[in-house]
Amino acid sequence: MKYMLMVSGTKEMFEWYTKWPKEDLQANMAFMRNFNQELKDSGVLVATGGLAWPDQAKIVHAAKDGTPIITDGPFPEAKEFLAGWWIIDVESAEAAYKIAARASLSPAPAGTPGTMPVEVRQLMNSTPEEWQ
Amino acid sequence: MTSKSNDLPIERLLRELTPQVLGTVVRRFRDFAAAEDAVQEAALAASMHWPTEGLPDNPRAWLTKVAFRRMTDQVRSESARRRRETELVQEESYNFEWAPFGFAPEEDDTLTLLFMCCHPALTPASAIALTLRAVGGLTTSEIAHAFLVPEATMAQRISRAKQSIKNSGIGFQMPTANERAGRLQAVLHVLYLMFNEGYASSGGPDLRRADLSHEAIRITRIVLALQPHDTEVAGLLALILLTDARRGARTGPEGELIPLAEQDRALWDKQQIEEGIALISATLPKGRVGPYQLQAAIAAIHDEALQSEETDWPQIVALYELLGRMSDNPMIKLNHAVAASMVHGPEKGLELLKALDSDHRIANHHRLDAVRGHLLEKTGDYKAAVEHYRAAAGKTASLPERNYLLTQAARLSSEPALRERRLKQTI
Repeated sequence: MKYMLMVSGTKEMFEWYTKWPKEDLQANMAFMRNFNQELKDSGVLVATGGLAWPDQAKIVHAAKDGTPIITDGPFPEAKEFLAGWWIIDVESAEAAYKIAARASLSPAPAGTPGTMPVEVRQLMNSTPEEWQ
Repeated sequence: MTSKSNDLPIERLLRELTPQVLGTVVRRFRDFAAAEDAVQEAALAASMHWPTEGLPDNPRAWLTKVAFRRMTDQVRSESARRRRETELVQEESYNFEWAPFGFAPEEDDTLTLLFMCCHPALTPASAIALTLRAVGGLTTSEIAHAFLVPEATMAQRISRAKQSIKNSGIGFQMPTANERAGRLQAVLHVLYLMFNEGYASSGGPDLRRADLSHEAIRITRIVLALQPHDTEVAGLLALILLTDARRGARTGPEGELIPLAEQDRALWDKQQIEEGIALISATLPKGRVGPYQLQAAIAAIHDEALQSEETDWPQIVALYELLGRMSDNPMIKLNHAVAASMVHGPEKGLELLKALDSDHRIANHHRLDAVRGHLLEKTGDYKAAVEHYRAAAGKTASLPERNYLLTQAARLSSEPALRERRLKQTI
């Protein structure tokens, strides 16, 4: 079963991240590198990616003739932007939750309340369940 | 990641022979797309048979024979299924004599293939993929791995590239004398991009994808062997050898970026540096000096310095000035500004950067912000430097680069500005 784990944040949170002290930034980066490596080594990682920052996000609509109409938003203040994602292939939802919980432990500066929320969604499949 | 030295001898042999065999098959059948498939199948057959049955006496003839068979099979199955019986009879007639392939290979074939794969009608990404397959002898799966895309995606990309070659009527022939210089330039550009894709991949978590760089070096070597008197081919090979030599020092144990000035130069590949320097030293006096040779000369000066303080910056500045006169590339101006700052101080560098703010090709590029941040840091204006490092971090699509830039900003944020400090000291 494939699951997508997603980490998102408001623009404010992206901004906050860029102002972390050096040691905290480095601890966070090292955590993510090790986490990715562990997922790879344990054979559950399908793909992972980080996204460019939300100030580069565009909204695209198609005009009637199909040509793209590109705008810079506007995005509401409270909008959460995807920051990064993993697709993992595991035996059960519980296994996916466990991995998500590990990602959630990514370190933040001292005094930051709580742990990082990770959204877990199952990926749709092209074959009916019973044929798998 | 596999490096060349880890390759099995058979794989290496196949990679060498593939373009030669492909050249022969295309010349005979005039159908590049089908010939390419046939040669891939022949190589696959070889990789299954040779390890158990041993190498044939003439591996190239073996491959050519199998590929020819595949081609004739295809031609026949297309022509008419009803004539199966006749075909059985005809089978014998396809077992032609092998004497022709005992002769010296047609050396131009590989070059003609390269001209075809790097045709300006193709997008650079397609040209790179096709070159890796047709000239590099890599399988679709290997190429997909190098580009970090699924194999099916790469198969489709290659098949579309072959289709556009077919549609555009690019024949399997040498470009005319008039076209030749321009077309060779296109080939070199594709190889340069292939190397860069491997050395400094613009996206993704891994900063470098070694296989593509190795392939670019290997194929450029082939081109140089075929065009030994072309100074720009030699320049390109020297440039990528001298750049690749720093590979081991370019990232730290955690995959983090290490800038040139801070690299542990003991980790540089001395043998490759020697080869690159010998090549560019022998090439420069030959005459027609082009951009690849100048860039190789700059890389050589960096590689020659045992410590970053020993770098001959005035010479690098002079070379960038020459380069700037040859091509109107804003990246050259950016590098020129960095070099000038090393000779005349960061203020001079910042002054030169101003001209780039109105150049739409680079005004919004993360490297302009990164360099400005670096030079501002040197002037002691930490506050402005942090802003530019952060701006650069927000613009780059490379994760290691973003991490590096954020770390630079974080490092400076905790330092009181040098100027303020100096000010306090004087008070």
